[in-house]
Amino acid sequence: MPGVNMIVCCKQVPDPEAPPVVFKVDPATNKMTLPPEVKPVIGQYDEFAMEAALRIKDKAGGKITILSLGNKLARDVVKKTLAVGGDELILLEDETFEEGDSWSTAHALAMAIKKTGEYDLIFCGRQSSDWDAGQVGLGIAEILGIPAVPLARRVEAVDGKVRVERVIPDGYEIVEVGFPALITVTSELGSLRYAALKGIMAAAKKQPIVWKPSDIGLEPSQVGAAGRRTKLAKLFQPVKEAKGEIIEGETPAEAGTNLAIRLREAKII
Amino acid sequence: MAEYKGVIVYGELINGKLLSITTELLGGGRNLATALKEDLSCVLLADTVGETPKEAIAFGTDKVYIVEDPSLKEYQADTYIQVVEKLAKEISPRIILMGQTSIGRDLAPRLAFRLGTGLSTDCVDLSIDSETKLLLQTKPVYGGNAQAIFTCESMPQIATVRPKTMSPIERDNSRKGEVIPIKVEIDMSTIRTKVIEKVKEEVAGIKLEDAPTIVSGGRGIGGPEPFKTTLKELADVLHGAVGASRPPVDNGWIPEAMHVGLTGKIVAPDIYIAIAISGASQHIAGCSGSKTIIAINKDPEANIFKEANFGVVGRYEEVVPAFTKKLKELLAE
Ligand SMILES: Cc1cc2nc3c(=O)[nH]c(=O)nc-3n(C[C@H](O)[C@H](O)[C@H](O)COP(=O)(O)OP(=O)(O)OC[C@H]3O[C@@H](n4cnc5c(N)ncnc54)[C@H](O)[C@@H]3O)c2cc1C
Ligand SMILES: Nc1ncnc2c1ncn2[C@@H]1O[C@H](COP(=O)(O)O)[C@@H](O)[C@H]1O
Repeated sequence: MPGVNMIVCCKQVPDPEAPPVVFKVDPATNKMTLPPEVKPVIGQYDEFAMEAALRIKDKAGGKITILSLGNKLARDVVKKTLAVGGDELILLEDETFEEGDSWSTAHALAMAIKKTGEYDLIFCGRQSSDWDAGQVGLGIAEILGIPAVPLARRVEAVDGKVRVERVIPDGYEIVEVGFPALITVTSELGSLRYAALKGIMAAAKKQPIVWKPSDIGLEPSQVGAAGRRTKLAKLFQPVKEAKGEIIEGETPAEAGTNLAIRLREAKII
Repeated sequence: MAEYKGVIVYGELINGKLLSITTELLGGGRNLATALKEDLSCVLLADTVGETPKEAIAFGTDKVYIVEDPSLKEYQADTYIQVVEKLAKEISPRIILMGQTSIGRDLAPRLAFRLGTGLSTDCVDLSIDSETKLLLQTKPVYGGNAQAIFTCESMPQIATVRPKTMSPIERDNSRKGEVIPIKVEIDMSTIRTKVIEKVKEEVAGIKLEDAPTIVSGGRGIGGPEPFKTTLKELADVLHGAVGASRPPVDNGWIPEAMHVGLTGKIVAPDIYIAIAISGASQHIAGCSGSKTIIAINKDPEANIFKEANFGVVGRYEEVVPAFTKKLKELLAE
């Protein structure tokens, strides 16, 4: 076997673990504003997807092409995928790609995947770490007409097939599917490995390929905000009232005892 | 152009009974149908649907479309999507609602892309815009740090709904409705994925979704053991279940079935005790419907204290045993 030809879709997002207080919606523009100290990162589940592809490459060999769609993508962020062992980075980068929905994003990614030519496996995260939609992976599979296995926690390629342990509500199932197929990855697969110094140096020298809508056969009216099927009517933050009551004690143990007493007082237990 | 009319709920059943998400969807769907002055219907796919059509009618649906076929015994994306696509095209509803469940998460995006329409997943509120008659789809975004309202002008409008965010109507066994069997030829040649084995990871005791009290542990618990001892003892005293944030699941300390949050289970117990959990928005998304939240964390700045009704700052190894002991005494009185 000449190795497995893989594509991983990675989205650049604002750090989803930034403290909740820094997330502020600007009602005038209907947009999320974040202070500069919140750095862009690769979506968490996309990192897990990258790790899934790397594990296959470790064992079976092959090539990993990373696709990332957006505008003004931070090179040091997206290049992390090369530093950990990706082979090629393609950026769908243009201002017309901005503010797409799952529909326009999946459409553009699918067209880009077609343009790359041959592929055996496509990996996506189970959901993006900003809009939390969980649609793009399955959407790409539908557009390309290939089978999809969502929520993989373990992936192994054997003889032109892929064996996936996929999470189901009370356990997991083992699913087998032939190439080509799309797999979405969940967190139990395991964290993305650290980049080795060699990888970081190699990545620094590599330049990503940049494609505009016309490069993938799309009009600007078909991508990003213009190509959306869902319209954002409003973005807002429901007001939360602080309600906390801290229970004290001389020692942590005493605070624990006092907590029980307080709960009884409040008739909660 | 076909006329799109009515609201349709994709129903889920297990062991001859509707899942609670389905009665919740019927409750939410009923309000939308009333606002539109159109019908509410429900589709049920199974090898045998049993008494569930009657149940769906008692919970507010006007029509039930049933598809019974041996190949529908268990959910399989490639079989189910064929049936659902065909039904959607035949019935051409204005709105399709599914649960944000294992099945809904899988089926809804496939369906939306096949039908060429938009989809909002994980909605917590749905209503009809009185002017445009469009479905206003409210969903949490940025891990729960904001909410977005979406509309979709292409039909049908599809949404998946987060469990426990809508209320079923009162069950009325005398309600009348129509049951419509539909025959769908299932093309087995389109089944490309093969399930080799299903493995159940049994969790002893009360199911998380049904537990009146949940004792959840986070990364700060440090390993699998305390889940079986310190946390389990506390849960037992309160007749509750043990749950967790994502890291303990990812680390293999406990099974996925105990995972609470945006990508885990959505729970709404009377008492939710978060121990050594920092309170990330994605975790809170899974437990914010709880009546009382109690936090135990050594970091006074932890976000969980902003969400909690009661909190104790301290190492859980010291706080929890004393808390459990006192609870036992109080409950024995
Ligand atoms: C798209 C997306 C979806 C996600 N879905 C989920 C989800 O469904 N569920 C979920 O939980 N997470 C989810 N996450 C992850 C989430 O963002 C957080 O990373 C996670 O919830 C953190 O878990 P934690 O609070 O256990 O760990 P940490 O954030 O590491 O917090 C550990 C806490 O333990 C405390 N601690 C440590 N030792 C002790 C001690 N001895 N005694 C008392 N306290 C102690 C620390 O002070 C700290 O507050 C998701 C993330 C993304 C991006
Ligand atoms: N802009 C993007 N660029 C690359 N991949 C993306 C993009 N948006 C979504 N994806 C992929 O699709 C998955 C699901 O995204 P979503 O449907 O937005 O939740 C993500 O985890 C990524 O793997």
